Amino acid sequence: MSKQAPQQGRTIRFRIKRCDGPGKPSYWQEFDIVPEKNANIISCLKQIAETPVTVQGEKTTPVVWDSGCLEEVCGACTMVINGGVRQSCTGLIDVLAPNNGDTITLEPMSKFPVVRDLWVDRQRLFHNLERVKAWVPIDNTYSLGAGPKESPDSQATHYKLSECMSCGCCLEACPQFNIEEDESKWDESFIGAHAISQARLFNNHETGKQLKDERLEELSGKGGVGDCGNAQNCVKVCPKEIPLTESIAAMGRATTIHAVKSFFSGKK
Amino acid sequence: MSEQRVIVVGGGLAGLAATIRIAEQGIPVDLFSMVPVKRSHSVCAQGGINAANDVARQQGYSEYQHFDETLIGGDYLADQGPVLEMANFAPKIIDLLDRMGVPFNRTSEGYRALRLFGGSLFKRTHFSGASTGQQLLYALDEQVRRFAAEGKVKMYEFWEFLWPVTEGEGEDKRCVGIIGQDMRTMQIRAFRGDAVVMATGGCGLVFGKSTNSVICTGGAASRCYQAGAWYGNPEMIQVHPTAIPGADKCRLMSESARGEGGRVWVPRQKGDTRKPTDIPENERWYFLEERYPDYGNLVPRDIATREIFDVCVNDGMGVDGENQVYLDLTHMERDYLNSRLGAILDIYDKFVGEDPRETPMRIFPAVHYSMGGLWTKHTPGDAVPGEPRAVVHKPGDSAPIDADLGHGMKFCAPDNMMTNIEGLYAFGEVNFAYHGATRLGANALLSCIFDGLFCGMSVSKYVTEGKPKQHPASGVDQSVFDKFVAAEQGKMDTLLSGSETGASDPDTNPYTIANELGVIMTEASTVVKTEEGLEKCLAKIRELRERFSRVRLGDGGAWTNQSLSFTRAVGDMIAIGEAIAKGGLLRKESRGSHYRTDYPDRDDVNFLKTTVAEYAPGGDDECNIFYREVDTRFIKPRPRTYGKTDDSQSKKTQEKAEAQA
Ligand SMILES: Cc1cc2nc3c(=O)[nH]c(=O)nc-3n(C[C@H](O)[C@H](O)[C@H](O)COP(=O)(O)OP(=O)(O)OC[C@H]3O[C@@H](n4cnc5c(N)ncnc54)[C@H](O)[C@@H]3O)c2cc1C
Ligand code: SF4
Ligand code: SF4
Ligand code: FES
Repeated sequence: MSKQAPQQGRTIRFRIKRCDGPGKPSYWQEFDIVPEKNANIISCLKQIAETPVTVQGEKTTPVVWDSGCLEEVCGACTMVINGGVRQSCTGLIDVLAPNNGDTITLEPMSKFPVVRDLWVDRQRLFHNLERVKAWVPIDNTYSLGAGPKESPDSQATHYKLSECMSCGCCLEACPQFNIEEDESKWDESFIGAHAISQARLFNNHETGKQLKDERLEELSGKGGVGDCGNAQNCVKVCPKEIPLTESIAAMGRATTIHAVKSFFSGKK
Repeated sequence: MSEQRVIVVGGGLAGLAATIRIAEQGIPVDLFSMVPVKRSHSVCAQGGINAANDVARQQGYSEYQHFDETLIGGDYLADQGPVLEMANFAPKIIDLLDRMGVPFNRTSEGYRALRLFGGSLFKRTHFSGASTGQQLLYALDEQVRRFAAEGKVKMYEFWEFLWPVTEGEGEDKRCVGIIGQDMRTMQIRAFRGDAVVMATGGCGLVFGKSTNSVICTGGAASRCYQAGAWYGNPEMIQVHPTAIPGADKCRLMSESARGEGGRVWVPRQKGDTRKPTDIPENERWYFLEERYPDYGNLVPRDIATREIFDVCVNDGMGVDGENQVYLDLTHMERDYLNSRLGAILDIYDKFVGEDPRETPMRIFPAVHYSMGGLWTKHTPGDAVPGEPRAVVHKPGDSAPIDADLGHGMKFCAPDNMMTNIEGLYAFGEVNFAYHGATRLGANALLSCIFDGLFCGMSVSKYVTEGKPKQHPASGVDQSVFDKFVAAEQGKMDTLLSGSETGASDPDTNPYTIANELGVIMTEASTVVKTEEGLEKCLAKIRELRERFSRVRLGDGGAWTNQSLSFTRAVGDMIAIGEAIAKGGLLRKESRGSHYRTDYPDRDDVNFLKTTVAEYAPGGDDECNIFYREVDTRFIKPRPRTYGKTDDSQSKKTQEKAEAQA
C-alpha cells in the first residue's frame, strides 16, 4: 500500500459535547484512548463506555449515542464531527486522527432536540415524509400481478433518489432548516431537502403519481420548496450523493406549473 | 365488544409486512421498535430476494425446485410443509413489492433483472443494486407510514420489548400483551394485545463481532425463551464466507459479488508476496471452482466458509500468511459493477480505502445469520404424498406439486408460526422454521415477508375467531399486567442499585462480559466445533453468568440510560449463548452449518431432528434440550455434496508449483 500507515498504539483525544437531557445545560468532556486497529468513531465510543474516565481522571457515565448498521446505510449514527455533519460509523480514526495526540471533536446535530449527549430526536424528519405522502398508494396487498414496467435509465434515477437514509445531514447543513421543538409548528416550517426529493421520487412513479397534486400542494404551501434559499449546502453533505438540488429545481418548476393549473381550473 | 388490537414487536421486513397485512384486515396494530423502523437491521441486506420467475421457468426451473434447493441447502433439517408454501408464494411477494415501487434492477426491455445466487444453477434472485434490503424495507416503511397517517397503526419507536405478558398456566397459558420500556424516559408499562408477533431479528451480537447491526442481540427472543417459549435449532448459526473484519463489526461483501461473477482465490504459492494483480492466472488457485465444478463460487455458505477456513487455517495458504482470501471482481466492467454492486463496493472502498474495481478484495468468514430461533408450529397443507420422493428432481421435470396456495401449509390456520405459547407468534429471522441447518442466500428476506403476509392472515384469524374472540385481552384483569410491570421494575431496580458512575472493574463490567462471551462463542461455536471446545465454552458461560449476577453499571441515571438497555441484553445473550453451545454439544453429527470435527458425517438415524431448547433455571445449566421429529413428507434426504470433486489433483498441481518456486 502506498499510504503511510498511521502509527499503532498512539493516543488520541476525544472532545465530546454532552448533555444529560432536554432542558439541561451542555458541557464538554475529554477522553484519551488508544484506538484499536481499524477503529472508527463508534468503536472508540465503545472503548470509552467500558472505562468512562475523563482526561482529568474524573469518573463519569458512558456517553450516549445512536447507531445501527455500522456501514452507512441506516443513517442512525449521524453527528457533528470536527465541525462537519456526517456518519460516525464511517469516521475512520486512521483518517481523522493519524498522529499521536490528535483530537476529534464530537457534537450532537444542532437542528434536532438533544435526547441525551450525542443522541438527537429526528422525529420531525420522518414527519416531513408524511407531509409529502412519500408512498405509493397501492390498492391492497393481495396478488394483482406485477407493477409497471420501467426502463433501466428510469430505474437508475429512482434507485438513486430512493437511497436516502433519512440521516438528516442535509437538514443540519441547511440555513433554512432550523430547530423547532414545538410539534404544532412543524407543518409550517421548512420541510427540508430530503422530503422535497422524496416528493420527486413518488411523483415520477407510475402509481405514485396519483398523489402528485397533493404533494405539490404541500410543497407550494408554507415551509415548502419556496423557502429554499438555494444555498446548496444540502447536496454537498449528502453521504448518498443524492442530487438534491436537481430535485429542488424539479419540484420548484412542478409547483409553479401546479399553481398555474390550479389557478385556471379555479381550484384556488 | 371493545376493540381488539395486535402488538407487533419489531419493524424490520417481517414486522412491517405483518403490520401491513394485519392492519389491512381492519385490526389496529401497535408497532414497537427499539429504533425508528426505517433503521432496522433489514436495511443492511444487500444481495437480493429469491422467487421462481418466468425466465427461469422457461429454462426448466419451478417453485418446486426452489423448494428442493432450500431443503437440501438446509441439509433437510427444516419441516418441509412451510418451506414448500414459502417457495410457492414467493413470486407473489416480488410482484407486490414491485407494485409498492421498489426500484428493482431492470433489463433493457424493462422487465425485472435477475442474478445468480448460492445453491442454485438458475437465476432466480431479484435485486435493487446491492442494497436490496434497504429498498424493500423503505417500501414497507412507506406503506406503514401511510397506515399510521390513517390511524390504523400506532408507532412506538424507541420502545424496548421487555417481556411477554401471559395469563393462565399449562394448556391455558396465552399471551395477552407485553411489557415495554420507553428508551428515553425509561418508563415501564404494559400494553394489551390479543396477539403478539415477535419480529425481532437475529442474535449476531452473541458472537461479539458479526455482520449484524448493533441491536441484534437476540435479547427479545431470549426474553420469550426465558418466559417459557421454546427455542428451535439454536446451534444452527450461519458464518458467511465473505466479510471484511473491522474493530466494531465485520462488514459483509454480499454473495451477489460472486453471483455476478466474482471469483475467490489465493496464490498457489504459499507466502507469495506479489501484488494480486501481478500474479498470473495460472498461479492463482481458484479453490472453490476447482473443487465444485458445477456450483463453483456459489456453493452454499457453510461449504464456502469451511473451504476458506481450510485453505487459511489448515493449509496456511491465506493471502500474506493471514486469514484472508481474495474476492476478485477486477475482470469485470466498471459500469456493470456500479449498477449491480455499487453499494457494497462503496462500503469496501470506504472502510478499506481500496477500490475493489481495481484491486481484489481481502475477505474472511464472519458470523452472519441465525437459522435457529423461537420454535413455531403450523397446520400442514392439503398435499399429502404417500411417501417422500427419493428420485432427484431434475430441471425440466414437471413439478410433482403445483404452486397453488395451501399445499404446504394451510392458509389462514391460526397456529401458523405461533410459538408453544398461545397468541405469541415469531416471524422473520427470529422464527426457526424455514432454513434448517443453512440458509441459502436471498432466502431470508423472502421468509421475513412471507411470514408477514402469509402468516399475518393467521394472526388476524386467531384474533377474530380464536380465543380472543370470546376473551379479548381488554377484558383481562389489570392485576395480571400489574404483576408483570412490577417484576420488570424490580429487575431494573436491581440492575441500577449496583451502579456506580464510571464503574470499570472488568470482572463485573457489562461491556467486558459481553466481549468475553463473544470471543468464546466465536472460538467454540462457529465454523468448526468439538466436544472439548463446547464444554469449555459452557464452563465459561457459567462463569460469565455468575459474574453477571454481580454486574455493575457505569450509569445509574433515570433518563435515556443506554447502559441499562445494553446490560439487560448481556444477561439475555448469555442465556441464548448457552442454548447455542449446548445444542451444538449434544448434536453429535455434522449437518449444514453445524460441523463437528469429532463427528464429521450427517447422521439421519439419530439426528434428523429439531433441537428444542427449553429454559430451565435453577441448576448449574439453565438449558434443557429435547428433540422433535422433522417432517420429511415430500422429499427424502439425499447426500449433500454439491458435486465436490476429489481434489488430490489440485493438491498435486499446487505442490508442483511450490516445488518449482
Ligand atoms: C449484512 C447483511 C446482508 C444481508 N443480505 C441479505 C440478502 O441479500 N438477502 C436475504 O435474503 N437476506 C439477507 N440478510 C439477512 C436478512 O437481512 C435478515 O435476516 C432480515 O433482514 C431479518 O429481518 P427481520 O425483519 O426478521 O428483523 P430485523 O430487520 O433485524 O428487525 C428487527 C426489529 O426488531 C426490533 N427489535 C429487536 N429487539 C427489540 C426489542 N427488545 N424491543 C423492541 N423492538 C425490538 C428492532 O428495532 C427491529 O425493528 C442479510 C443480513 C445481513 C446482516
Ligand atoms: S439548497 Fe435549499 S434545501 Fe439545500 S441547503 Fe440550501 S436552502 Fe437548504
Ligand atoms: S438526502 Fe442525503 S443527507 Fe438528506 S437525509 Fe437523505 S441521505 Fe441524508
Ligand atoms: S450506524 Fe448506520 S449509518 Fe452509521
